[in-house]
Amino acid sequence: MEDVLKIGNKAIRNRLFIGTGKFASYPAMKEAIEAAGSEVVTVALRRVGSGSKTDSILDHIPKGCVMAPNTSGARNAEEAVRIARLAKAAGCGNWVKIEVIKDTKYLLPDNLETLKATEILVKEGFVVLPYMSPDLSMARRLVEAGAAAVMPLGSPIGSNRGVKTRELVEIMVREIDAPVIVDAGLGKPSDACLCMELGCAAVLVNTAIAIAQDTAGMARAFSDAVKAGRLAYLSGLPASGEEASASSPLTGFLR
Amino acid sequence: MIIRINGKAETIGKKEGLAALIADRGLCPDKIVVEHNLKIVDKADWPNITLSENDNIEIVSFVGGG
Repeated sequence: MEDVLKIGNKAIRNRLFIGTGKFASYPAMKEAIEAAGSEVVTVALRRVGSGSKTDSILDHIPKGCVMAPNTSGARNAEEAVRIARLAKAAGCGNWVKIEVIKDTKYLLPDNLETLKATEILVKEGFVVLPYMSPDLSMARRLVEAGAAAVMPLGSPIGSNRGVKTRELVEIMVREIDAPVIVDAGLGKPSDACLCMELGCAAVLVNTAIAIAQDTAGMARAFSDAVKAGRLAYLSGLPASGEEASASSPLTGFLR
Repeated sequence: MIIRINGKAETIGKKEGLAALIADRGLCPDKIVVEHNLKIVDKADWPNITLSENDNIEIVSFVGGG
């Protein structure tokens, strides 16, 4: 049976979501998305510079990709809702990655404001993907409010520190009846692979790909790692033990 | 008269409409979203919006982001 992730009314086959920030150019970004075969990408919304006629990112998002605008810059639920509505008005679908951040040092999300924004935007018909600090109770509330998935952070945005929240993410995967998508901090393909082995539905990676020397190469490496981790999870990873268990038969020696 | 565009006070001609303001700035209508006093204005309605003193205009578009 085909392994498909259903979010909103979309069937997603590639479980590596790519963030489009920090790329040296839009063509480099496009090449990376295509190299990975990603089907979901995040974008941000910003004020247009005065007299700017610059190239639009929309011309460089591969056709068929689902766009999930984020609400970065929002410091409370009200601002997140405003940004989400603007993004929807741009006519690129009804997905939104809610990001409500007051903390400028670690960019850790405000879960309570995120919940408030989720409640409002779900009612308005958005497919809501909330970025959150991994907290089981809050994840349950978000799902009850209608979030299409929950997006716990692995470590602070752009830190490349990996899955520092591993045990909390594992609990969420076990207990939450919605896709768990690790977002932020994944610095290496092995970090992404680990998330998938743990049973996460997908991962979102931006910085580690965007700042790599070879962005397309790194995108492919992450994509392969996500596929490997997913296949391992579906295949049933063995339990680990303290002592050895011989792989070769322990009888019939030549002595 | 003075209005605020993307948070910055700017002087524009009296009775300038929203559509003219956007055209003057050379912005591609398909790539932007416009808010007039916190209300999103559909492109089709741009020609119907006349601007008044102290109006607040936000013009946004998508950029790369994670």
